[in-house]
Amino acid sequence: MATKLVERPKLNFFEKIYLSSILHGLALTFGHIVRLFRGKTKVVMQYPEEKWDSNLPEYYRGAPALVTDEHGRERCVACQLCEFICPPRAITITPEEIPNNDPWAKVEKRPKAFEIDMIRCIYCGMCEEVCPEQAIFLRKDYAITGESRAEMVHDKRKLYEIGGVRTGLVNKWNELK
Amino acid sequence: MDWFLIITTLIKIVVVVFLAILPSVAYSVYFERRVSAWIQDRLGPNRVGPLGLLQPIADGLKFLLKEDVTPGHVNKFYFWLAPALVLVPALVTCAVLPFGSEMQLPLWLQDLIGTKANIPMVIADLDTGPLFIFAISSLGVYGIVLAGWASNSKYPFLGGVRSSSQMISYEIALGLSIVPLLMIYGDLHLGKIVAAQAKEGWSLLPFWTEGHAFAFDLKKIALAVPVGISFIVFMTAIFAETNRVPFDLAECETELVGGYHTEYSSMKFALFFLGEYAAMIVGSCFAVTLFFGGWTLPFGLSAQQLGAVGPGIALFQFLTLFIKVFLFVLFFIWVRWTLPRFRYDQLMRLGWVWLFEIALVNIILTAGLLIAFR
Repeated sequence: MATKLVERPKLNFFEKIYLSSILHGLALTFGHIVRLFRGKTKVVMQYPEEKWDSNLPEYYRGAPALVTDEHGRERCVACQLCEFICPPRAITITPEEIPNNDPWAKVEKRPKAFEIDMIRCIYCGMCEEVCPEQAIFLRKDYAITGESRAEMVHDKRKLYEIGGVRTGLVNKWNELK
Repeated sequence: MDWFLIITTLIKIVVVVFLAILPSVAYSVYFERRVSAWIQDRLGPNRVGPLGLLQPIADGLKFLLKEDVTPGHVNKFYFWLAPALVLVPALVTCAVLPFGSEMQLPLWLQDLIGTKANIPMVIADLDTGPLFIFAISSLGVYGIVLAGWASNSKYPFLGGVRSSSQMISYEIALGLSIVPLLMIYGDLHLGKIVAAQAKEGWSLLPFWTEGHAFAFDLKKIALAVPVGISFIVFMTAIFAETNRVPFDLAECETELVGGYHTEYSSMKFALFFLGEYAAMIVGSCFAVTLFFGGWTLPFGLSAQQLGAVGPGIALFQFLTLFIKVFLFVLFFIWVRWTLPRFRYDQLMRLGWVWLFEIALVNIILTAGLLIAFR
């Protein structure tokens, strides 16, 4: 194998007694302090006070949430596809029948309880992808915190609170047949 | 009369150790973290209290509340002894450092306790100040070596071995480096060295002689050369003495995990930490006393304060020293976050081949100059 002899750099006297390079180094680090105090250095974001929220991209995958449509109808029809697809099994749906006197009685089913365990959720977005009714979306909320496991389970009320209203796309239930 | 001496000494010890050195240790850790952050374009701890100023208290509480683990494989006696052996010498050396001239008690207090004696502003008024400091402060290395050995683990062991080899390479240079100063002032009493600097100008200010703020005195300027050399040698050796970068071979987080304190936790680790920073503060104080006039103001402003002074001026002298030491500690921190660590053999070479010889030649140079300008 070919060997390559690396020559050590020849240092002159002032480099050998370290002092010049020490002074140079001290000046360099002091320059960093000065630049920081003059506000010329970009320092790390101070998180709870400053947030990156306005820069989140459109495709950002945050907490999953349920949405209602323009008539105030909950879009979820409790088909449980999201529950089946969910890789960490974070979603639990208890379906119920819609009573006959309800204006949306022909939809037949709605979730009685819809729970997403946010400790389990991996924000993969498969629930959004699989939903035939466009009822579940991943929103931009990312700071999901709680002091107990029970607090970390988002129930139906919480999910609609995060999700809000979405209009358009699903129109098949609108005109009465 | 004896009780007066004992009580005042005890008060001085409490004030210096518990009100000056230990709080400034806590806050030099804070400044270490802030300044390192500034150098690395960060902000550092700024959450606990305004500007993060309560951070040291939070850190102290954390140390107290942590579990104190004594691993099963250590030699318990020496393992427990070592942290104390690091901290105690660092605190004991502050006994001979003068932090003011002499305090005259206010009249009502003199009447109350029935004595007219003044209180010297130094804990132990020894005639052999520097020798005492060298003798005691080098004992701190035993703590490190014992910690390394008693931990019965490879990284602490390497740290301990390095520390002892480091000590033999800087101690001679440290001792010899201040000999020129002792020759110039002709005294080993630190209080008298400070008093001489108050009158004749600080050791490192060549253009300031007795009575003139900007004078051109050939002797003083010529003597500034050896004093400057001895300052550089002394500072280099003090960095090694306090185990600070670039000579922190014993600790050396990047190679030896934590060096000699790898196996330590909780308050025992905190003692090592306190010891390192207390040594740094006392070392800075020593350097200030020898080269920057101790508690005095520059340009003869303190020449009138040499005798007995009132409590207000005594406090002012104390604060002057404190500010100078604070600037020195900042310099220590600044150097730590600038320089890389010396290699083991490079330190030995620097100590034995360079600093030792430079210090020796410096003594002869000083002697020659003193004879020439007699």
